[in-house]
Amino acid sequence: MFEARIHVTLKRSVLDPQGDTVRSALTSLGFQEVADCRIGKFMVVRLTGRDVDQARAQVDEMCRKLLANPVIEDYVFQINEVPA
Amino acid sequence: MKWGVLIFPGTWSHQDFAHVFQDVLRVPWGYVWHKDSSVAGYDALFLPGGFAHGDYLRCGAIARFSPIMDAVIRFAQDGGPVLGSCNGFQILCEAGLLSGALLRNSSLQYRCRWVHIRTESSDTPFTCGGRPGQVLRIPISHGEGRYFAPPETLAQLQENDQIIFRYCTPDGRVTDEANPNGALENIAGVCNKARNVLGLMPHPERASEALLGSKDGRLLFDSMLTPAFRR
Repeated sequence: MFEARIHVTLKRSVLDPQGDTVRSALTSLGFQEVADCRIGKFMVVRLTGRDVDQARAQVDEMCRKLLANPVIEDYVFQINEVPA
Repeated sequence: MKWGVLIFPGTWSHQDFAHVFQDVLRVPWGYVWHKDSSVAGYDALFLPGGFAHGDYLRCGAIARFSPIMDAVIRFAQDGGPVLGSCNGFQILCEAGLLSGALLRNSSLQYRCRWVHIRTESSDTPFTCGGRPGQVLRIPISHGEGRYFAPPETLAQLQENDQIIFRYCTPDGRVTDEANPNGALENIAGVCNKARNVLGLMPHPERASEALLGSKDGRLLFDSMLTPAFRR
């Protein structure tokens, strides 16, 4: 069994007002070194199967079809084998 | 002639459309459930506002895969008129029938109020009864209505005259102050390249009777009833 840990974030070119609000909150808390903050989604998907390449291809397809909208979002993921 | 109003789990504006069709326009209409697989017998389709499938993941992302959507996409590809308002607009974008996407309002707040929108083009089945520059007073009610499209898509929309409505002042000026959600270029509504699919964030079905404060929304429905575009 595999576990995919998927991050979906707004593209750099898309305004992220949530991220901007959190960045200014961090700045007002004294974290002056904060240059930027983006808010995204984190998903954990478990898949049955034994072939990591196949699992990777499936997760990539899931991201393209549903989990991320390519017009506004980017995605990255890691896959690890986990005990069934 | 019969108009179809789609219902997904979580849709909430379908009764407003039904009321306008039944009691104001007296147009034959029927509901289409999201698990249906056919839209046979309908001459126009309407995707109302609400929170289809809870708007989980992204607005419209799950609804786009409801069983009925294959039939809606075929209907649109065959030239049938499809109008999506609010959540319906979001679903049409997710389905790829319209370009762009709708994001969280730049204020991060839900906005429920009257706005003014300027009709940018009368060359659609939904605006052919109006004139370019015509200002409509119509309510919005959404938290995720900030229209966005990448630069190359925006250029195509402009080149093909696909931007149909922009937020404006009561006298028709497109200003930042008149933009309720931070939409790119004040865009409130766009159509597809073939011009038979329109999405807009405002609710024309809630502005179709003077008693309710405005009947400007009727422009869209009355246009669809003009002989030139009647199917």
